[in-house]
Amino acid sequence: MRRAELIMAGVLALFSIYLMWKSAELEVGFISGEGPGGGAWPFWLSAIMLVCTGVIAYNGIRRKSPPSQSDEPLLDRYGWKMLLEVGGGIFGFIALIDIVSMYGAMCIFLVYYLKFLGRHTWRLTMMFAIVTPVVFFFFFEGLMRITMPKGLPFTEPLFNILYELIY
Amino acid sequence: MLEVVGFLGDGLWSAIQPQNLLLIVIGVTLGLFIGAMPGLGSVNGVAILLPITFLVPPASAIIFLAAIYYGAMYGGAISSITLGIPGASTAVATTFDGRPLALQGKARLALVTAAIASFIGGTVANLLFTGFAPLLASVALSFGPPEIFALMLLAFATFVGLGGDDIPKTLFSICIGLVLAAVGFDQISGEPRLIFGGISGFMHGINFLVLAIGVYGIGEMLWTIDSTRGKITSTEAKMTVKGAVSDAKLGMKRGWKGTAIGSFLGFFVGILPAAGATPGSLMAYGVTKLTSKNPEEFGKGHPGGVAAPEAANNSASTGSMLPMLTLGIPGSPTTAILLGGMVIWGLTPGPRLFVDQPDFVWGLIGSFYISNIFALIVNLSFIPVFIWMLRMPFTILAAMIFVLSVVGGYAATRDMHDVWLMLGFGFAAFMMRKLDYPLAPAVLAIVLGPIAEPTLRQSLLLSSGDPSIFLTRPIAGPITVIAVILILLPLFKYVWQRKRRLDESAG
Repeated sequence: MRRAELIMAGVLALFSIYLMWKSAELEVGFISGEGPGGGAWPFWLSAIMLVCTGVIAYNGIRRKSPPSQSDEPLLDRYGWKMLLEVGGGIFGFIALIDIVSMYGAMCIFLVYYLKFLGRHTWRLTMMFAIVTPVVFFFFFEGLMRITMPKGLPFTEPLFNILYELIY
Repeated sequence: MLEVVGFLGDGLWSAIQPQNLLLIVIGVTLGLFIGAMPGLGSVNGVAILLPITFLVPPASAIIFLAAIYYGAMYGGAISSITLGIPGASTAVATTFDGRPLALQGKARLALVTAAIASFIGGTVANLLFTGFAPLLASVALSFGPPEIFALMLLAFATFVGLGGDDIPKTLFSICIGLVLAAVGFDQISGEPRLIFGGISGFMHGINFLVLAIGVYGIGEMLWTIDSTRGKITSTEAKMTVKGAVSDAKLGMKRGWKGTAIGSFLGFFVGILPAAGATPGSLMAYGVTKLTSKNPEEFGKGHPGGVAAPEAANNSASTGSMLPMLTLGIPGSPTTAILLGGMVIWGLTPGPRLFVDQPDFVWGLIGSFYISNIFALIVNLSFIPVFIWMLRMPFTILAAMIFVLSVVGGYAATRDMHDVWLMLGFGFAAFMMRKLDYPLAPAVLAIVLGPIAEPTLRQSLLLSSGDPSIFLTRPIAGPITVIAVILILLPLFKYVWQRKRRLDESAG
C-alpha cells in the first residue's frame, strides 16, 4: 500500500494546488476597510493542505505510516469486484433516477442488490422492491411534501393517479 | 424565585391540558421519525407542519412545534447508531461511538444511553432556562465575532485529538472540510467562489449532509463490506425490559461524565446565537474524550462518546430557544422558523415577552419539561423496532442504507447534482479511509466552517487586521489560549517523546 499512499499524497497535492489557484480568483490578501479578501480563507487553508501532503509523502517514503509499512495492495480482487458491483450498482441507481423516477430507480436497484448480489429469494426481493418505494412516496410526497424526481415524461400518467390519492 | 416557581407551575398545568398533551405526544413521535431519517431534520418538520398550527391557539401551536424540535433531537441518534449515517448535523458526533457499538452487537446499549443522556441534557437545560433566562440572555449578547471564532478554534482543537495519531492527515482532513464549506457564494462580498468547472450546481455551496451521507452512508459502507468481506453477522441482543435496564445502568456508569459535560457545555454553547446544537455536541464529545481516563477507547464504542453529544444536542436545542424568546434572535434555522411563526401569530419575541405574555412563555417552558418526558418514553418504546431492523441480514440492511443515502442526499437540496457529488465523496472517502485518512474532522469542519470564516473575517475587520484581538478580549482571550495549547499539544508530545528516546539511547 506504500505506492498507493504516495500516489494519493501526489493526487491530493495537485488538488491542493488547484484549490489555491481557484481561490486566487478572489483577493487573497487583506483589503483595507473590508477585511480579508474572499479568496484568503480557502487559499491559505489549501496551502496548509499542500504542506500536509508533503509531510504525508515524506512519512510514506520513510515508511513511518501504517499504510506505507503494509505490503497488502490497496484493493485486492474482492475489493475491486465489490467496488464494481456495489459502487456500480449505486451509480446505476442514480443514473436511472432521471429516467424512471426516484421510485422506479429504487425498485430496480433493490431487485439488483437483493436478488443478484444478496442472492435472496424473489419473494423477499419483490416485497422490499415494491413496499419500499411506496412507503417512501407516501412519507416524502404525502407527509413531508418533498417531491422526488419523476424521470422522463412517460411516467406522468402514473404520478397523476398517485397525486390524486394524496392531494 | 417563588414567583418563577409559580409561573412554572402554571406553565406545567397548561402543558398537560388534553389538547396540548396530545400535540406534545404527536409532535415528539413525528419529530423522532423525521430526525431519524437521513436528509431530514427538525427544520423540515417544523417548516412543513407550521401551517397546521393555524388550526389551534398560538400557545398550543408553538408547544407542538417545540415538541417536534425535541423529538428530532432524540431521533437524530437513531440513524447515527443503527445505520451509521448522521440523521442531522447535531448527530454527527453520535456516530463516532454509536456505530462501533452497533457493529459490536451493542446497539441497544447505545440507543438506551442516547435516550437517557438526551433526557438528562434536556432536563438540565430546562432548569437552567427556568432559573436564569434573562441573565443568560445578557451573557449571550456579550459574545461577539472574536468570541465565537475563539470557540470555533476550541472546537477544532478538540478535533485534532479526534484524528488519532496521524496529525498531517487529520490537519488535511480539517482543512479540506473548511475549504469545501467555502464553495458557493462568499458570505461577505457576495461573489461566487470555488465554482469548480463552472458547474452551476456549486453555486448553492456544498451542503454538509451531501458530504456526511457520502462519507458515512456510502464510503463507510463500502469500507465495511470490503474489510469484512461482506460477512457481517449481527449479534444484536433482543430488546427486553431487563436488558434495557441493565444497559441503562451500564450506560450511565460509563457515560455519566459525558452526560454532565454535554448537558452544561451544550446549553452554554446553544444559547449563543451563531453557535447551537451542532458545535455544542461536537465540543462536548471532544472535551469528554480529552478528560477521559481512557481516551483511546473513544471512537471504538465508548458509551460516554454517545452520551456526551446526545446530552449536548438536547441541552443546546433548549438553549437555542433562549436568544429567540428573550432577544428575538434565532439561534438556528429551526428557531428562525419558530420565530416566524410567533410573528404570524401576533407575538413579539424580545425582553417584553416575559412581561407581556407570561402565559405563553411559561406554557412553552412548561411544555419543554413534558415534551422531554414523553420524548424519552416514545424513544424507549420504539427502540425494539430499531433493534429489529439491525437483525436483518446485512445485504438487506446495506441495500436500505444505500437507498436512504440516495434519497437523503436528494432531499437535502432537491438537486441531482448533489446526489452525484455525494457518490463522488463516497468513493473518495472509501479510498482515503483505506489509507487511514480520518474523515470525521472533514465532516465537522464543513459544518463549522460557515460559522468560523465570517467570524474570523469580521473580527479582523474590527481590529483592522490585528490578530491579537483574539487574545486581548476578556472572554475570547482565555478560550483562544486553551485552544492553541490543545492544538500544539501533539507537537509538544512528539518533541518530548523524541527527547526521551534520544536520552534513552544516549544513556
